[in-house]
Amino acid sequence: MEDVLIKIKNIKKQFETGEVITKVLHGVSFEIDKGDFVAIMGPSGSGKSTLVHILSFLDRSTSGEYLFEGQNINEFDDNKLAELRNKKIGFVFQSFNLLARTTVLNNVILPLEYNGARDKASAAMKALKSVGLEHRLDHFSNQLSGGEKQRVAIARALVNNPEVIFADEPTGNLDSMSGQQVMEILVNLNEKGKTIILVTHEQYTANTAKRIIKIRDGILESDSSVQSRVDLKNGLVK
Amino acid sequence: MNFLSSVKLSLNCLRANKKRAFLTILGIIIGVGSVIVIMSVGAGAQSLLVNEISSFGSNLFGITPGAADENGPPASVMGITVTTLKLDELEDINKVPGVIAATAYVRGVDSAVFDSQKVDITYVGTTPAMLIIEDAAVAEGRFFDDNESKNLSRVVVIGDAIKQDLFGDGQAIGEILKIKKQNFRVIGVMGKRGTVAFENKDTQVFIPIKTAQKILLGINHVSLIRGKFEDNANIDMMTGEIEAVVRENHNISNAAQDDFSVRSLDQALDVLTSVTNALRFFLAGIAAISLLVGGVGIMNIMLVNITERTKEIGLRKAVGATRMNILKQFLIESLTITVFGGIIGIISGSILSWLIATIAKQIGYKWDFVITISSIFLGLGVSAAVGLIFGSYPAAKAAKMEPIEALSAE
Repeated sequence: MEDVLIKIKNIKKQFETGEVITKVLHGVSFEIDKGDFVAIMGPSGSGKSTLVHILSFLDRSTSGEYLFEGQNINEFDDNKLAELRNKKIGFVFQSFNLLARTTVLNNVILPLEYNGARDKASAAMKALKSVGLEHRLDHFSNQLSGGEKQRVAIARALVNNPEVIFADEPTGNLDSMSGQQVMEILVNLNEKGKTIILVTHEQYTANTAKRIIKIRDGILESDSSVQSRVDLKNGLVK
Repeated sequence: MNFLSSVKLSLNCLRANKKRAFLTILGIIIGVGSVIVIMSVGAGAQSLLVNEISSFGSNLFGITPGAADENGPPASVMGITVTTLKLDELEDINKVPGVIAATAYVRGVDSAVFDSQKVDITYVGTTPAMLIIEDAAVAEGRFFDDNESKNLSRVVVIGDAIKQDLFGDGQAIGEILKIKKQNFRVIGVMGKRGTVAFENKDTQVFIPIKTAQKILLGINHVSLIRGKFEDNANIDMMTGEIEAVVRENHNISNAAQDDFSVRSLDQALDVLTSVTNALRFFLAGIAAISLLVGGVGIMNIMLVNITERTKEIGLRKAVGATRMNILKQFLIESLTITVFGGIIGIISGSILSWLIATIAKQIGYKWDFVITISSIFLGLGVSAAVGLIFGSYPAAKAAKMEPIEALSAE
């Protein structure tokens, strides 16, 4: 049996804006094992983003239980959550979110700035090498193509050697060629044992994952393993 | 995130937006620069005053008519004529041990006429002891003596400039000048003395004091007694003794009823220095107000800054920055801006002060270029304080942002 990384039970979330209360999640429960590759799908307004924010410690649930590596997240204060985001999680965003006017190397170093790591540059180089961008160290982020930017973002997500990578529509702003490269990198990382949680609305992209969780109207619609995974290297369906 | 990389980061941000950064910093530069200039020019002007006045020699003392407040100026300085001081008091003052010379002065402004020529003069009625006290000497002819001083002789010793104006290269000794329609025989010409204590000595003419009192002014009193001590030691004690002598002459038993005041030049310099110091710090304080205005500019630009960089703040929080990290980052950023501006302000203020001092020296003033360490620290300290105070609200605002909201900002 594989280790359980994430376990949520009856997670609810509501937003209050003045007098108006919007209920977004109505009680979602599932588990994600270490090493899994999960695609979370759902139409806009389904609550999938909110769910991912809670899973990645960017937000808190209104009620329900969240265990990460067996620890109860609800008991942690903001500083502890910041520390968890830093050490356990890597983020890849749709819009890259690289720092402008900053070199590739310094962009990748950024998470290391917040945990007192030593030898930041060599850790960042290693991460950049794993995404094939070691020759772009001194370029500024605005001198890169979209695909390169996203690969820098992946290197940044990897630099602290996190347990899990959250990729929120990572191919959304990319042409299909670059998108495929990015997905290949994610699949490779998963094969090396990283847990990947991918948010997407494209069935094809979702099919690169091992498991698909569908959210609709704030509840879990379906949770199934992918029968025929997309093999990116051969462009074939396995 | 350590301090140095925060500083580096904020310098990068400044570099990326040079024009805006410059305009933001300008307020601080002007504020700190003007504090430096005022402190320095103030010190220069102070040195000018002190230099001019001590060019008399510091072991002088003066007796002015009218009571003085402990540290304020004597009444005569304020334009009030007090007639309590008399010429015959000189004798008693001369007897005080340690006093090597004493003289009295009366003065007026008029013109001197020779042939058909007329020049403006200051006539000074005094005694021969003036030469010792003012360290002056006659270039041609002679000064009047004590007898001429006592028996209303109509003789005059003229300043160098008056001699040039009226007689040119010709002979002046023995000629008759008319002052207030009275004839005076020229018996001497003073050596060239230039300006001493803001007074052009070369346009003065000297006549025996009694002559000036009776014939030109029609008064009985003197406006100033001035004397010289043997040396600088025990000046306070000796001025006390002089006070006692004058008090006895005036039949005053209680010092509170004094109708005169005795000051040594040293004491006068102390008063002057404390007055000009107060003025300098007052002006520097006013200049510091412009720093407040600069601070408001800093706050404004930092608020714009965090709005523009909301997404960056969200990202930093996503990858593990705590509130404290963000707070520190933006505080260091505003500190960097203001301290950087402070340094430029100190440098440009110093250059400006140096220019002013150089020009003043060129014109011929005894002006010292002074930049004190304390004014540099004041400039740096105030600009750092401005950065901290006006940066703290924007920094706190940035620190409070929720990561998701910040990340999803456009």
